[in-house]
Parts: sequence; C-alpha cells; structure tokens
Amino acid sequence: MIFLKLILTNLLRHRVRTLISVAGIAFSVAAMLTVVTILQGAVAMFAGILSSDGQLIVFEGNVSDLFLSNVPDDAVRQLDTWPMVDHADPVLFGIVSSSDHPIITCFGVSPADGRIRNATWLSGSRGDFAKNDSAIVLGQRTAEFLNAKVGEQVQIGHGHFDVLAIIRTSNGFEDGGVFMPLTTAQNFFHKQGVSSVATVKLKNKEDSAAFKHAVQAKFPNLIALEDEEFNQSYSQFKTLKATAWAIGGCGLLLGGLGVANTMIMSVFTRIREIAILRLNGFSNGQIAGIILGESGLVSLAGAAAGLVIGLDAILALKFVPALHGYVDAHVRLYVMVAVVVLACITGVAGALYPAFYAIRVRALEALRFE
Amino acid sequence: MNDAAEYSSPAQLAVIQAADVWKSYDNGSIKVLNGIHFGAHAGQTVALCGPSGCGKSTLLHLVGGLDTPDRGSISVNGAPLRFGSGSLRLLRHEVGFVFQLHNLIPDLTLEENCLLPTVAAGTNRRDARERFMQLAERTGLAHRLDQPIQKLSGGERQRTALCRALMNRPRILLADEPTGSLDERASEQFFELLLELVEIEGITFAMATHDRALAVRCDRLVEMRDGRVYETAKA
Repeated sequence: MIFLKLILTNLLRHRVRTLISVAGIAFSVAAMLTVVTILQGAVAMFAGILSSDGQLIVFEGNVSDLFLSNVPDDAVRQLDTWPMVDHADPVLFGIVSSSDHPIITCFGVSPADGRIRNATWLSGSRGDFAKNDSAIVLGQRTAEFLNAKVGEQVQIGHGHFDVLAIIRTSNGFEDGGVFMPLTTAQNFFHKQGVSSVATVKLKNKEDSAAFKHAVQAKFPNLIALEDEEFNQSYSQFKTLKATAWAIGGCGLLLGGLGVANTMIMSVFTRIREIAILRLNGFSNGQIAGIILGESGLVSLAGAAAGLVIGLDAILALKFVPALHGYVDAHVRLYVMVAVVVLACITGVAGALYPAFYAIRVRALEALRFE
Repeated sequence: MNDAAEYSSPAQLAVIQAADVWKSYDNGSIKVLNGIHFGAHAGQTVALCGPSGCGKSTLLHLVGGLDTPDRGSISVNGAPLRFGSGSLRLLRHEVGFVFQLHNLIPDLTLEENCLLPTVAAGTNRRDARERFMQLAERTGLAHRLDQPIQKLSGGERQRTALCRALMNRPRILLADEPTGSLDERASEQFFELLLELVEIEGITFAMATHDRALAVRCDRLVEMRDGRVYETAKA
C-alpha cells in the first residue's frame, strides 16, 4: 500500500506533468489504433474486391502488382468448365482519372460476376449490363462525386461512357469505382484477351488443394491461392500493414520519449526522496519498481484514454462524407491488445534510464546536495 | 590516544569496530579521517565530539555504510563491511539513522513514514504495524498517527524519525547531531527519550554532537580532532 502510494504520490504531486505524459501516450495510442485500423480496413476491403463471392484467386505468377497480372480469357473459360469449379469469373482492374478525381478504380467484369449480382441496384437494370459496350455502371459514390445520373454521359479517363445504372455495394472501393463490361475494359486498357485475375468458387471447398495443383500443372504461369493465403502473402498488403504499424510505432515512440522525459524530470525532482528511501533500506529493485511503476501507470492511463480517443476518431471518420465507405470501423481485438501492450512496453522502456539513474543515487550525496 | 585496543577484548563483543580508517574528499585534497581506530560494545552509548570538520559525521556515515573509506576496515556486528555489495542494504536493516534534519517524506503520514523501513525489509504488515504502535506509544506519537508531516512540530518530526530508525529493531543506532534543529527544551526531551529507548531496546548508540551537555550523558565521550581520535573520556 505504501509502495503504491509512493508511486501515486509523485504522479499526483505534479498533476499537469502527469496529464501531459498521459496525453502523449493517449494520442500516440489513438494515432496507432486509427492508422492501423483504417489501413487494415482498406486492405480488407481490397481483399474483398478480389474475393467477391469466390474462394480462390488465380493470377499471374511473379508479378509485383495485380494490376500488372495477365490471366488469358481462354484460361478462365477452361477453369470455368472444370468439374470441381462452380464458377470462374474474370476481373480486369484498371485505374483512370476524371476531372477533380485523380483515381477511379475500374472493374472489367462479366454479367455473372458476384459484384454485379450481389449489388443493390439503385437505378438502372442489371439485365442491360454488357449489352452495350459504351454503357457502364457507376458505384454510388462515383455517381455522387461525378454528379451523374442514369442516361447521362460521363468522361472516364479519355473515354466517354453512358451511365447504365448506379449500384451500392458493401465495399467502399467498389462504391467509389466504375464497372465496365469485360471486353470494354480490355479495349479501354489495351489488354485484349486477358483479365487481371480470375475469382473461382469451387463446388466443394475441400477441393482447394487439388484445384491449386491442377492450375499449377495446366497453367505454369498462373498461381491459384485461397483468399486467406493471398491476403497473407500479397506483398502490397504486407507493405501496407507494415507501413501502418511503422507509422503507429513512430507515434508511440514519440509518446515513449515523452514518458522518458517526464520520468527523468520526476527522478531529478525527487532525488531527496529517493535518498531517504535508500537510507531506509530500499533496494535497487524497489527504487526501480517505483519509477517503472509510475511510468507503467502513466502508460496504462494513456493507453486507456488512447483507446477511447482512437475508437471515437475511427467512428467519426466513418461518418465523414468524403470517406464514406472507405473507413472500416471494425477494430480488431488483437489490434487493441497489441496497441496497449506496445504502449506499456514503450512507456516502461522510456523509464529504464530514469530508473537506472535513480538506483545510482547515493543517499548521502543526494541529501548533502539538497 | 588510540582506543582500538581497548575494544578488541574478546570478553566484550565489539558491535562497531573501525581499524585504520582513512577518508578524504576532492581527490585527497581534503583529508577527513586519518587512520582512525574506533570501537563500541553492545549496548554502549558513545558521543563523538569535536569541532566542525573533524570527521565525526564522516565516521558515522562510514560505519553505517553510507560512504566508502579510502583505506582501512570497518566491522559491524562482527562482520566486515564489503562496500559496493548488496550486504550494505542488509546493513540498513541492522543500523538505524537519525539525522539533524528529520528526512521524512512530506507526502506520507507519520505512520507511513515510520513504516518505510519495514516495507524495504519486507516485514509482515501486521508485525510492522504492531511494532509501530509500540514505538508510537513510547515516543508519545500515538495520537498523531494520520497526521501529515507538515502538521508536526520540530520535536514531533524528530521523534518520528527516531521511531522510524527503530522500526526494524536495529542493533545499532547512529545519530548525526540529532538535536541540532531543536530548541534547548525540545532537545533535552528528545535526548532523554532517545536514551530511554536505546536502553529499553538494548542497542548500541553512537552520536556525533556539539552539545557537550548531552554528550556527557553517554557511556563514553570520544574526542575527535583533525580526523583523529585524541582522547577517550568517560562521561
């Protein structure tokens, strides 16, 4: 109890300094949580685009980016006829710009594609899709920012297209994209006869391994991966996730430095107290325990406040009109745990030098100095 | 006069024994102790007197393991002190200190301050509390247990410091000008209490003081000058 009071006393003695330290950790935690959650959400959304209602993705091997992958139409047609396959859908990805909108994702798909089938058709008819090469379907957000309605003509990149329909999907990227008939997209992006990936649904999920082997044998240039495998191995996803953790880590490091600074000040201002504890027989471990306990409490309080701020920030971002659909407010439990643990480790690590300094305080000299 | 021989008799246990102890500061430019010999038996009260800078406090600090001698050996309870080792921390539980300034932690109550040595020693909380109540009764502090240090008088603070010094039942009590911050009356009362407790607890007591009136009440009066023990006088 007295030990705990010794820890708390100093925190309460310098309330403003304690609050600043807690705020430093809190904002670091909030930043890390927000950045990691948003980027993971973005990755999940992109992964969702790839998988749609399929279970496997077939793409060209040895390409750094799926936009560069070429899967021949003929291969997709063959896959679709394999007995174990329920359906195989080609998807061609392309990126274009429009006035005021530097990036619009284009999806070249067949009428049977899951995105088209499962979307909510806000206006226009699904039955008309791919009947006219110059008619495209806009995601809801795209229609909003292009201020386009069904029947109107819009400019996408260097081309002009008729708006056939407007759809809403559960995926922010798809809502902010444009759906073209596959052949239209192939012509538009000069990729005749190929798609970026094929999404494949098997009749029996257990046949995944057999399907992968069959693809490898039949099409040596192509790779088939289950959605989960793909999400874990795709280098772009790994880079994005690593970037998120790195940015968050930097934020946390700054918070840790704040704690270190606070704890050094704390040790300097309580040299006399440490000397008195020394005179009363406190061991190195006990002295260090007080300093580390102090920083641990600051870190925990900061982490708790940071979680609240971060969750609120994510929720707020979800309702920002410009980001509508792009922010996935689902915060994963392991991310929260990881952020809190990292905050505590950083905070306590920041107190290591102050604790080391404290245990080197020589009682007599400290009392003389005072 | 060198008093080491007098206290090396096997018939009487030398609780404190310092032999040929040297201490200087500022790379040897300030010589404080010059080959001093000093000893004290179990239960003995010793007053170290002498002018400022003669080495009284330094000798007490060395015996208490608060400072390191340049040369020489110091034994406490028959065991030589090994400076820089963990044994010095254990020494803190065997040696109690009372300083001129009370050195209490202002944010803790009287009771919490007194319990600090037991926290350090890992004493059972109930035993610690029992011991504290016993000492608080004896030192007349029982009615002030929850008081913050700021609300205590100078005499009460010094009694609190004495209470704290005795919490771990030390075999030795060292006091550096323990009445230096008190007025004459408070000083007299405090010293009376201190001697009474030393006798009840049966501990060895060594004190550095300028106050000869108090010093003569100890079993021995050791005169120090220029870092040496010049004479030993019976009070």
